Amino acid sequence: MSSVKFYTRFERFWHWTQAFLIISMLITGFEIHGTFALFGYEQAVDLHIIFAWSLIVLWIFAIFWHLTTGEWRQYCASCSSDILAMVKYYSFDIFLGGGHPHHKTRAEKLNPLQRMAYLALHLFIAPLLWISGWLYLFYSYWDVVGISGLSLGSVAMVHTAAAFLILTFLVAHLYLALTMSEKMADLKAMLTGYQEIDTDN
Amino acid sequence: MKNTLFRAVCCALSGLLLSGSLLASLEKPENQSEPISNSTADHSKFEELQKEFGKGPEVTKACLGCHTEASKQLHQTKHWNWKFTNPETGQTLGKSTIVNNFCLSVSTNLPRCTSCHIGYGWKDDTFDFTSEVNVDCLVCHDTTGTYKKYPAGAGHPAYVDKPFPPKGGKKIFKAVDLQAVAQSVGKTSRETCGACHFYGGGGDGVKHGDMDSSMTNPDKQLDVHMGTDGLDFVCADCHTTDGHETQGSRYNITAKDTHRIDIIGRDDKSRASCESCHGMTPHEETINDKLNDHTDRVACQTCHIPKFARGGKPSKTWWDWSTAGRKTADGKHIMEKDENGYVTYVTKKGNFEWGENLVPEYAWLSGNIRYRELEEKVDPESITALNTFDGSYADKDSRIWPFKVMRGKQPYDKVNNTLAIAHLFGKDKDAYWKSYSWDKALAAAMKNVGANFSGEYGFLETTMHWPLAHMIAPKEEALQCSDCHAKDGRLASLTDFYLPGRDSNKWVDTIGWLAVVGTIGGVFTHGFGRLVANRRRKRQ
Ligand code: HEM
Repeated sequence: MSSVKFYTRFERFWHWTQAFLIISMLITGFEIHGTFALFGYEQAVDLHIIFAWSLIVLWIFAIFWHLTTGEWRQYCASCSSDILAMVKYYSFDIFLGGGHPHHKTRAEKLNPLQRMAYLALHLFIAPLLWISGWLYLFYSYWDVVGISGLSLGSVAMVHTAAAFLILTFLVAHLYLALTMSEKMADLKAMLTGYQEIDTDN
Repeated sequence: MKNTLFRAVCCALSGLLLSGSLLASLEKPENQSEPISNSTADHSKFEELQKEFGKGPEVTKACLGCHTEASKQLHQTKHWNWKFTNPETGQTLGKSTIVNNFCLSVSTNLPRCTSCHIGYGWKDDTFDFTSEVNVDCLVCHDTTGTYKKYPAGAGHPAYVDKPFPPKGGKKIFKAVDLQAVAQSVGKTSRETCGACHFYGGGGDGVKHGDMDSSMTNPDKQLDVHMGTDGLDFVCADCHTTDGHETQGSRYNITAKDTHRIDIIGRDDKSRASCESCHGMTPHEETINDKLNDHTDRVACQTCHIPKFARGGKPSKTWWDWSTAGRKTADGKHIMEKDENGYVTYVTKKGNFEWGENLVPEYAWLSGNIRYRELEEKVDPESITALNTFDGSYADKDSRIWPFKVMRGKQPYDKVNNTLAIAHLFGKDKDAYWKSYSWDKALAAAMKNVGANFSGEYGFLETTMHWPLAHMIAPKEEALQCSDCHAKDGRLASLTDFYLPGRDSNKWVDTIGWLAVVGTIGGVFTHGFGRLVANRRRKRQ
């Protein structure tokens, strides 16, 4: 075992800011949705708008970072047999004490299942939230921009559906991030940047 | 839009929450002592007015000596004709033809109803609408507060001390001093307009709910514009007049005034809309800036009249004519009151309900208010709307407006299925308030307007929508977002659009929560499975 610098300062900043923003947007978003009352409707809307712009700015930086560092390759889809191996691991081997099919390295930080999930998050759920959120935000200007044939109800439906997706994602993500490594090593890595990895093979 | 975007980005980057901001104060400078009148004419110095006047028209004649065109101008107005031709529907409307669910109709009840006419002597159909001297200048221009039309005087004040009701009435209408009143004429006031408009429907606050005698001298808590401790507006400050024609009519209401803030030279000569002075983006810009956004679909009144009948006077909300006429065993009239002291029954009129601090009802309105005409068919099984109007979410010209909805039961012709009006007031035997016979009262009134009447009558339930525009509360009391953006908020009944915070797609919600709860369940099961498996492996 050895400690390897895994996550750059920007990556960690991005991860934790995004975590904060997404959780805050879930809270304020579902308050707007009428699920509960916490800040009060107007405050929830204001916070949601502030967080939305913050998240978008963060995403712009993140996209730039991924493109310029080439780190986007981390999300390149793996072949299906590798994914199936991961599924098999989580469904059977993990209970039987079998080994993890993926070995974390600096060049391949993500296991095949993570690659798929994060790719879906970045290419599907995030844009869904982003685009529907923008439409929602600028609802009053639809006629100025020339958007017709769209209803607020359907935009809200897409936005809410995407919010549910991200909440579901969050639950699974938290479980995997907090319980899959010994002594929360993954969590520590995301905080300090250094990941304990197996260097034997 | 750019501006909003810029602000929002700035906010996001700096992570700053905008704190409360100062709003420009519109208050009048205090301690500004006002002259009683700043007119250049002191009417008490005019020889023409320094004489004894026998009756009202004699005063008018004196007025016309200098104000030569005044009566001709008034002859053109709704205040005189009680008629209005709706330019959109061609319908002839106005007080003289409309059926309402208060005292039903003006015709045949003239001398009583016309005590709120700006003329003298409209007691029956022979009234001469071309008479200049029959215009009553004083009822609008009195400044003494002593000029009062006698309730059954067809527009005349009491010239000798007179009780009302005429026989055995407790309220004495004192003989008017016409000379003193004539010498002190001035501009109209809340009091002069209110003398009629606050008492519509037969009593204080009965009809409108947003206008009653509490508005004669309101504080700014009751009405931010008219409050005597604030801006001290009079009615005519908004209901501007031009050649005696007053702006701002319910008959062709401006549901959305997109004509810019009115300035001399480019304005539409009407200040009878909030937007005339405040424009369409009157609110301080905020992060969400929804208040300014909302002005396209939500009338100012909707948020700024959180409640009506707020001045301590109740407004009538229910009037059931079907129970009228009940008397005690020995033939005496009955009067019942509820625990608030509101009259809930009188023999002459039937049952009432009243309310104070009432929450308005809301509906889309784009204008074009149509009033039910007497010949129109009714469906006695359903509730009949006496007025209807255009507006829906899809109709971009409409906005959500607040209304007082007056409900009640009133007579209709059971065979012809039309509304029926009644001859209520009069000395003749046909008048309901003499004979207490609906047969006679209905037949007489219907005959008078030339309407078919089968002789068979019943009572049906009706509604009438009264748009609210007065009793504007201080901004601190305006509605909050969550008053409407909530599951059972104020707009619960307007269901033709998606309202965030109220609406949701039940499929998205159901599947969404199933996914979330399912995942939580899944990870717990998985985790538990791992725990058990681990333990078992360790033991082995
Ligand atoms: C993690 C990200 C996000 C989550 C979980 C989220 C969640 C939600 C939810 C649940 C609602 C309530 C929808 C309804 O009931 O109609 C909502 C409303 C809204 N969201 Fe988001 N959202 C996110 C990101 C965004 C983004 C990026 C934007 C803008 C670009 C945005 C803009 C809005 C707007 C404008 C509303 C409506 C607020 C209003 O009532 O005016 N959201 N959001």
